[in-house]
Amino acid sequence: MTIQDTAQHNAEEEERTALRVDGLTVIGRPSDVEIISDISLQVRRGDILGLVGESGSGKTTLGLALLAHCKRATEVTSGGITLSGEPLLGRSDADVRAMRGRAVAYIPQSPASALNPALRLGTQLREALHDATGGAEPEGATAVSDTDARVREVLREVALPEDDKFLRRYPHQLSGGQQQRVAIAMAFIAFPDLIVMDEPTTGLDVTTQAHVLQTIRRMTREYGTAGVYISHDMAVVADLADDLAVMYKGDVVEHGPAARVLADPQHPYTMQLLRAVPLLKTEGHADPAEAAEDAPAPLLRVRGLRAGYGSTTVLSGIDIDVDRGECVALLGESGSGKTTLSRSLVGLHHQFSGEAVFDGEQLTTSSYRRTAEQRRRVQYVFQNPYEALNPRKRVRDLILAPYTHLVGKPAAPDGIVDNALERAALPASYGNRYPDQLSGGERQRVSIARAIATTPDLLICDEITSALDVSVQAEIVELLRNLQRDGMALLFVTHNIALVSNIAQRVAVLNKGEIVEYGDVGTVMSSPTHSYTQALIADTPDFELSVGEVQQPESPSAGTSAAGRD
Amino acid sequence: MSTATAPAPEAAAAAPGSPQRREGLFRAAWRHGRTKVGVTLVGVIVLIAVIGPFVSPYSPTELVGIPNRASVDGTVFGTDGIGRDVLSRFLHGGYTLISIAVSAALGGVLLGTVLGVIAGYQRGWLDEAIMRVNDMALAFPQLVLALLVMSIIGPQVWLIVALIGVSHACRVARVAREATLKVVEQDFVKSAEAIGLPRWRIMTAEILPNITSPLLVELGLRITYSVGLIATLSFLGMGLQPPTADWGLMINENRIAVTVQPWSVVLPVAAVALLTIGANLITDGLSRASIGIDRGVEKQ
Amino acid sequence: MSRLILYRLGYGLLTLFVVSLVVFLATQALPGDAARAILGRDATAERVAVLRDQLNLNDPLALQYGKWVAGVFTLDLGDSFANARPVAEYLGPRVAGSLTLLGLSALLATPIALLLGALSAIRRDRAADHATSMVSLVLASLPEFAVGILLILALSTGWLHLLPPVFAGTASAVLADPVQLILPVLTLAIAVSPPIVRMMRASMIEVLESEYVQQARLKGLSERVVIWRHAAPNAIGPVAQVIAVQLGWLAGGVVAVEFLFAFPGIGLALMDAISTRDIPVIQAITLLIAAVYIVVNLLADVVGLAANPKVRVSAR
Repeated sequence: MTIQDTAQHNAEEEERTALRVDGLTVIGRPSDVEIISDISLQVRRGDILGLVGESGSGKTTLGLALLAHCKRATEVTSGGITLSGEPLLGRSDADVRAMRGRAVAYIPQSPASALNPALRLGTQLREALHDATGGAEPEGATAVSDTDARVREVLREVALPEDDKFLRRYPHQLSGGQQQRVAIAMAFIAFPDLIVMDEPTTGLDVTTQAHVLQTIRRMTREYGTAGVYISHDMAVVADLADDLAVMYKGDVVEHGPAARVLADPQHPYTMQLLRAVPLLKTEGHADPAEAAEDAPAPLLRVRGLRAGYGSTTVLSGIDIDVDRGECVALLGESGSGKTTLSRSLVGLHHQFSGEAVFDGEQLTTSSYRRTAEQRRRVQYVFQNPYEALNPRKRVRDLILAPYTHLVGKPAAPDGIVDNALERAALPASYGNRYPDQLSGGERQRVSIARAIATTPDLLICDEITSALDVSVQAEIVELLRNLQRDGMALLFVTHNIALVSNIAQRVAVLNKGEIVEYGDVGTVMSSPTHSYTQALIADTPDFELSVGEVQQPESPSAGTSAAGRD
Repeated sequence: MSTATAPAPEAAAAAPGSPQRREGLFRAAWRHGRTKVGVTLVGVIVLIAVIGPFVSPYSPTELVGIPNRASVDGTVFGTDGIGRDVLSRFLHGGYTLISIAVSAALGGVLLGTVLGVIAGYQRGWLDEAIMRVNDMALAFPQLVLALLVMSIIGPQVWLIVALIGVSHACRVARVAREATLKVVEQDFVKSAEAIGLPRWRIMTAEILPNITSPLLVELGLRITYSVGLIATLSFLGMGLQPPTADWGLMINENRIAVTVQPWSVVLPVAAVALLTIGANLITDGLSRASIGIDRGVEKQ
Repeated sequence: MSRLILYRLGYGLLTLFVVSLVVFLATQALPGDAARAILGRDATAERVAVLRDQLNLNDPLALQYGKWVAGVFTLDLGDSFANARPVAEYLGPRVAGSLTLLGLSALLATPIALLLGALSAIRRDRAADHATSMVSLVLASLPEFAVGILLILALSTGWLHLLPPVFAGTASAVLADPVQLILPVLTLAIAVSPPIVRMMRASMIEVLESEYVQQARLKGLSERVVIWRHAAPNAIGPVAQVIAVQLGWLAGGVVAVEFLFAFPGIGLALMDAISTRDIPVIQAITLLIAAVYIVVNLLADVVGLAANPKVRVSAR
């Protein structure tokens, strides 16, 4: 290769590079802690860089810094950001404003809170464009109609209506998916060189998420725009990104082509992260045990259960069995009624009818009318570990409260607390702590310890991992497996189908208040019969075979291509 | 001094390396400079009110000289409108005001808390009933309600305490209910219900300890308003009655002669002002601290 | 949305009804003979009988109330005991006087308070913000009569001698000498502003920290557009309720201020009526004050509903 060639090659490479970050450091005031340290990255036009990390890794701080924006009490202390050859940092406020929207645009995590509730969509779209054209005065009617034409064009591209009626709407009149499309349109409207996306599919159901991701992928290719996609979800990023950067405590610990990082991770944290991601197991499930002739009656038997709020029915015709020592998953998206069902079973939701028989006895609607023994034997773990523990009580008292109330004053309280903590994989010394001295994962373990202190037969887990990082989620799932091995039955409520395929023996798929598919996990995952389940499996992002090997370290690694399927 | 208070028992008891527990409301409030100023102001005024009667040179009703003179031999601040010693009346005039104000505020906060927690936790018709009655009561400004009732029965100390207390209770009930609603939303209350803990235990053991911060802030606010209201009633001639020595009444009695004898107005106005400002500064310190403290209850 | 407004309206009327019941019961139906209580022990039996008749005390309670409410609707509130003139005629100019005072105070206080609150939020944690916060905290603590006296001491009798310490005009011509109005208006404005300032600051800060304001900034909009188009309209909403409470409170706060400055309005009339036990006047004024409070709050509710696109558009 000649020098000229190299130079030309470099120039071309330079031409293709939309974003270059050199040694970027952001610190927090007044502690001077480095939130992100010495970050260097590049993204080419038309490519998407996936920026993966768990909470506290600094990924959002980095994302905002790419727009020369720092949250309160943080600032950039060193490093540079170059957008298509133009430096972004160190410019005047007015220059930075001129670059935002045109050179770099932002798609927020939650469009519901990022769209101004008091302004019409048309206004919000138009102002994004108006300013991006350098704030030039519109030259008579043509400029206005140019703006208007562009607004309609970009709406068309994200598959939204473009008529005046739609432009006059307010954000609250749109569905979550539509709001996110508006946010995407707003970001692409002024042809930016770079788009920063901060977990833009959080809170969307998997089908909507798949559509939004498709739109993002298509638009970045068509526009030749570089994308930085921030996410905690390795599966989503694996599907979407060309390159991956893994962040851990403010550092980029691994950066390279997505296929390479997924197939052959170098950094231990990346391996740990990949191993923790629950993968959709559609095959390889154990065959269901043959139903014996004299099978004992199930521990929990639900038939024709119907529940609602006021005059609205949210659940109908629910039939589920949970056998002793079995884990049954209740799979559904938000609004499917899965939490209503689990709360009915524990006596917190009172408006239900139908058969709910626990160990031969019908459960009354209110926990207050159930026997102490029933309340002891069915325990519940809540979704949000930050709200499930009374912040004014010590862990020890939290664990003892249900025991004391349901069983009686224990002769050896220390033994009960220590045993429960041990089964939840926490040291006994944690008994003296208050909840605010615990991390999210530890809090969830305390919730579990509190529930199992009464030695229940059935543990109902309501989305107990959804507020936790994946690595913590994996630990909690492991803990539940151990409990099940000790003979406890689990009703595991979740929206995550991959998780279901990893923990449950049987699954009930809940859609709009009805069970659309019910059976053993192996059958449902490998040959789903209902179209809803099929769509759910098809739309769930995952990174297929290659990392399936990573998950089982004992099998030889067959490092093949791991490109996401489109 | 800080070394004497530092070793917190729970921090010592917890395992080595366990994270520090968040500090308590009062200690967090004390970090704010305004709390210290407030405590100083309130301390000084309360001290005057409490030990004043024992150190006053004359009886508050004794005639010591010609009326309305700023300088009279044997007095520091001269005489009031009928010739009594201004300093002695000032020193005697705070005790009743402060005790009435604090009783009314305490009673109001207690009653309001009970109503608010019950309304917020039980919901349903009871909530509707309590809050609708409350709305009606709120249509009267506190001062006007007190004046309305006392216009017929006449000014009585117990009536003042009851009226101010009840009108406080309506306002406290709203705050207590809002705070309760936030706590009831949280799953630890649901968790207690799932094991069938009696409702009264849930209200006292799960909810109440988690709304103490807003209630303490409310108590501070109510004491501030009580002092202002009761001083205003006395100033209007509808509070404590002559010949009682009372700061509000002193202002009422002597404001006509403020040009020739300003002390009999300036002293009580200054005392009332410093007391309310001090109480409000403490309240503000508490409320700033409680925002930081309650954040632990919410997610992140 | 119109259904919501109708609901609020109905609820306001119900509140008004209960309030009138309270006013009536507190003044006329308390245990004991109201007429005797009013006239005192030395009154002759004849005078008591006349008064009982005047107050309809011989009728059953419900009828008494009915007659009184009917009077309220026809503005026939009876005659004042103290000066024997019809209450409506006696109070008319005083109501106008008080409304002038309240209106001027509200006009002065509201915009300044909103602006101060907004600027405080924009300059958050800087010296100007701290100063505003401290001053509003101190002023919020003071009872309004104390504010008034301190102003008198500062501006008319003690330090400077700029303004008259008392109002010397008549009820029918309160605007005749506007200089006399300065101190009462200033007192009320100072007493009413601090909560509005603090609420506006808090609301504005919340909005400025919101994601949609961050998004507006990330779109590259100028700070002027961000603050006045994106932030301020969203911040005003929660403040409207506080403004209403404060303006309603003005209706009661006016009592002490009018008493202090001898301003001929309903507040002073109420204190006069209490000292002479002039029941028809007391009833009329307390009912009026409560009614003003209810109406102002109702207006704030309706304005709040109309300003919120979520309510305005979805409930079409």
